[in-house]
Amino acid sequence: MSTETLIPKPSRPWLATPKERFVTLQNFLLSVVSSYLIVLVTPMKGKLPLFFMFFFSLIILSFITQYRAKGKAAAQDSILTVVSVLAMSIAVVPIISIVGTIIARGYQGLHWSMFTQDMSQATVNDPIGTGGILHAILGTTIMVSIALIISLPIALLTALYLTEIKGRLSAPIRFLVQAMSGVPSIVAGLFILSSIVYPITQSYSGLMGSLALAILMIPTVARTAEEVLLLIPNDLREAGLALGATQWRTVAMVVVPAVKSGLITAVILGVARIIGETAPVLLVSGGGDATNLNPLEGPMGSIPYYVWKSFLLGGTEESSHRTWAGLLILLIWVLLLFGVARLISARAGKR
Amino acid sequence: MSTIQKPPTELPARREITTKPRFSDRVFRVVVTTGGLSSLIILGLILAFLTYRGFGVVRTEGFGLITSSKWDVVEDEFGNVVSQDYGLAAMLVGTILCAIIAVLVGVPISILSALYLEFYATSKIRTFLISLIDLMAAFPSILFGLWGFAILMPSAEYWAKLLNKYFDWIPVFEVPAPVFTRSPFIAGLVLAIMIIPICTSVSREVFSQTPLDRIQAAYALGASRLAMIRAVVIPFGRGGVVGGAMLGLGRAMGDTVLNIVYQVNWQVLFGVGGNVASLILLKIGEADMEETKALMAAGLVLFLLTLLVNGIANLLVNKLGKSGR
Repeated sequence: MSTETLIPKPSRPWLATPKERFVTLQNFLLSVVSSYLIVLVTPMKGKLPLFFMFFFSLIILSFITQYRAKGKAAAQDSILTVVSVLAMSIAVVPIISIVGTIIARGYQGLHWSMFTQDMSQATVNDPIGTGGILHAILGTTIMVSIALIISLPIALLTALYLTEIKGRLSAPIRFLVQAMSGVPSIVAGLFILSSIVYPITQSYSGLMGSLALAILMIPTVARTAEEVLLLIPNDLREAGLALGATQWRTVAMVVVPAVKSGLITAVILGVARIIGETAPVLLVSGGGDATNLNPLEGPMGSIPYYVWKSFLLGGTEESSHRTWAGLLILLIWVLLLFGVARLISARAGKR
Repeated sequence: MSTIQKPPTELPARREITTKPRFSDRVFRVVVTTGGLSSLIILGLILAFLTYRGFGVVRTEGFGLITSSKWDVVEDEFGNVVSQDYGLAAMLVGTILCAIIAVLVGVPISILSALYLEFYATSKIRTFLISLIDLMAAFPSILFGLWGFAILMPSAEYWAKLLNKYFDWIPVFEVPAPVFTRSPFIAGLVLAIMIIPICTSVSREVFSQTPLDRIQAAYALGASRLAMIRAVVIPFGRGGVVGGAMLGLGRAMGDTVLNIVYQVNWQVLFGVGGNVASLILLKIGEADMEETKALMAAGLVLFLLTLLVNGIANLLVNKLGKSGR
């Protein structure tokens, strides 16, 4: 006698059935059509009413179908579903629009010679071929590097204090670091202006810009570094101590190397935070048009300043091209930094 | 026969077991603590220097600095200053108005997006959208500012006119003259777009800390997603979400670039006026010594305002974020 073994067919009851999917698709298509019709009939014009009318009709349609199929609770639930999708799209649309606009308008201002020339011989209204943004790229690089050199040790020490020493002051310091991340960038600029530029140096220089940027960078780096340090399992620290290492050697030889990639991410996020800061740079580093490699002396240009100047002083097509080209270079810079940070943290996550 | 060796009579010197840190550790602790205190020192220095520079103006103007709206320096023909008035009221109203509009528009969108990311999106879409939102948070504000000026302003102007047409009986929407560009309404919209990433990621983090057992309990009792969110997630995350909104408010108030492009006035749709952060940037180039001090005082007011908002926000995130039903 043979026993029949019954193998249950795998099923996923939580997934939508073909019928439900058909209803969703039907609602979607119907709301596309109805939103188009509403915009056609009423005096409202443009993409924005289309967008909102689409979601409006989607809400109504899904409410009706859900109400008929499953009752009131499911119908109310469907409203939240559609509204949250709507909110998510409202949040995402600007970023696509920003990136799209900057690329579409910025490429017209791009020119190979702009990477080899500065603006000392050209005004913002000159043709694109003359003058470039070499000075701004170099200035931003120098200022950000100095800001990085100043802020990294301070931020790292702050993060280490919060995670390794955990002293009595941990709570207030954590609070202060968060408060510091909310300091308006203009206040950082004013602080450097009032504490160093007016009483001591009496002149603008790139170093002053770096100092102001460092103030803005410290909280970002410190908070990210603290987060990655908190992820290190305590076993590692205990193992180090059990082998007879002092706390100093445990931190320097075990903990910090373990979070190396996290620290790189923290630094990159910090750089992305300050690279586009305009106000402090305008206030304390002057803003030069000539290439200046000496951060201690003389005004120093930067990309935000370049964008700002061509935006305010211009009015011609060339100056507008310059503005958007500057923004495009800034955007590419931020995207590159962000991509590298993501890559590093993804690789660290795999290990 | 085996001989038993005599144990050594001399005992090795007693080792001292101590919890006292080594010298190197003490140095390490001092260095790290000093580094940790740096944020305190920097914030203290900012406060001290701005107060020191701006104190004279605060003393002569008194409360007029906050309540009067006149910012005026009168010079005679020789360039000597005859009279000077520094009042921030118009600017303060502008700053706060913009920030409030930004929060009113941005925060609901952020909370709903956070709910979508946490409870509706499939994991692939979620990972993608989260990195997109993070990327947006890393965008410099100048990108938002100029994008808003070039792209958003024309279409937002249309919406402002529509609001004015149908709601002008509400005093806030009144417009004394048909000027709709550069209004606080538009500035508030751009700021709203700017704070959405921050608010979304804070709210999402708070929501993701909701205990899984409570969520599953709600589902097991037959709750729909809406009912689950209302009964479990919202009570749990309320404080954190309010804190996230306040963080957004703090960022919105401090942002300069936007406010120099858009001008501010209390009738939200009408486009004339000023704002603290942009005032500082506009004036600093041409300011003489006395006016610079007044600008420092303005910076001090802005600093204290954002510090206050951020302080409350952090308290709410930390204290209330962990409570729940």
